[in-house]
Formats: sequence, structure tokens, C-alpha cells
Amino acid sequence: MPKMNLSHFEAAILFALFSSVVLGVITKRTDAERMRYGVRCFAYFVAALIGLGWLMKLGHG
Amino acid sequence: MATDVKAQAGAPPARGWYGVVLLAWLVPGGGHFLLKRPGRGVLLLASVAIMFLLGLMMRGAMFQPQTGDVLTTIIYCGGFVGDLAAGLFYLLTVWLGYAVPDMAGHVHDYGTKFLVAAGLLNVLAVVDAYEIATGEKE
Repeated sequence: MPKMNLSHFEAAILFALFSSVVLGVITKRTDAERMRYGVRCFAYFVAALIGLGWLMKLGHG
Repeated sequence: MATDVKAQAGAPPARGWYGVVLLAWLVPGGGHFLLKRPGRGVLLLASVAIMFLLGLMMRGAMFQPQTGDVLTTIIYCGGFVGDLAAGLFYLLTVWLGYAVPDMAGHVHDYGTKFLVAAGLLNVLAVVDAYEIATGEKE
């Protein structure tokens, strides 16, 4: 099996993507609601990722 | 009498959810396929499978249950349960002899987390399949 090298950002984005898909699929009642929820989860993941990234950068000076 | 009716309404129907839960655990999305939700089943299968494969390609480590202090027990036993929750993916991987030692490095570390997260996402899929099978959810 090939070995994969990803940056922190790439790995975290992939994690956010697949987690959001599952969270979207298992919640809500209609497909439209599931799609919206999945997209919203992904947006929250990315916002938290960027926010925490900046926080760590500023914290380290 | 009314309580009996209420209790019966909340109880799982005779349709049998055991098979659904077992299949959902072994094959991510399998419970949804069995319950005639192929679209959702495909998305669950693809998400869990890709996440697990990415974890393997990043050479993530599989947890073995260990006991000691509380933190060690929680991390290693919890991680083992998370790995095991990926069903056939985990069983096949272990059966084929995948054994990577715990190494330093962010890629390897992400791989370990991806393997556990794939199992935990499958737990959510199993719970969803159970709720559909028992009629708690459409």
C-alpha cells in the first residue's frame, strides 16, 4: 500500500470532509436538510481549524 | 392498559434489529442497504472506507487494549474499541498482518486518529440504522 504524506491542513480538511458527510447523512429528515447540515458542519470544522491555527500561531508568538 | 400500549409502541418491532446492527457494524452502511436506503448506505460506506484507507496509507497505529493508570486505560481501551468499530475493515487489516509500531510524526499520528475516527463514524451509522430498524426514525 502506498504511503501518504499530508500536511496538517490537508489531513484536517479530509477529516472534516468525511466527518461532515457522515454527520449530514445520519441526521435530519429530508435530503435537502441533510445536505445543508453537512455543509454547515464542514464550514464549522474549517472555521474552527483556521481559528485554532491562528490562536496557536499567536500563542507561540 | 394504556401503559402497555405505550410500552409496545416504544418497543422494537418484530422485524428484528439484531441483523441490521450486526451488518451495519461489519459493513459500514450495510444496515442502510438492508433497510432499503442505498443512497445513504453508499455515502456512509464511502466515507468510512476512505477514512480507514487514508489512516492505513498514513501508517496509523492500531490500538491494543492496555491497562494502567486511568488515562492509559481510557486511551488504549477506547482506541481499541474505536478501531474495532470499523467492522470488517479492522478485522481484515489485522488478519492480513497490518502492525505498525507507534512512531513520532504528525502524518503517522493523523493516521492513527483517522483509523479510530472511521470506527467512531461507523458507530454513528450503526445507531442510525438501529433507529430506522426500530421505527424511531424514518
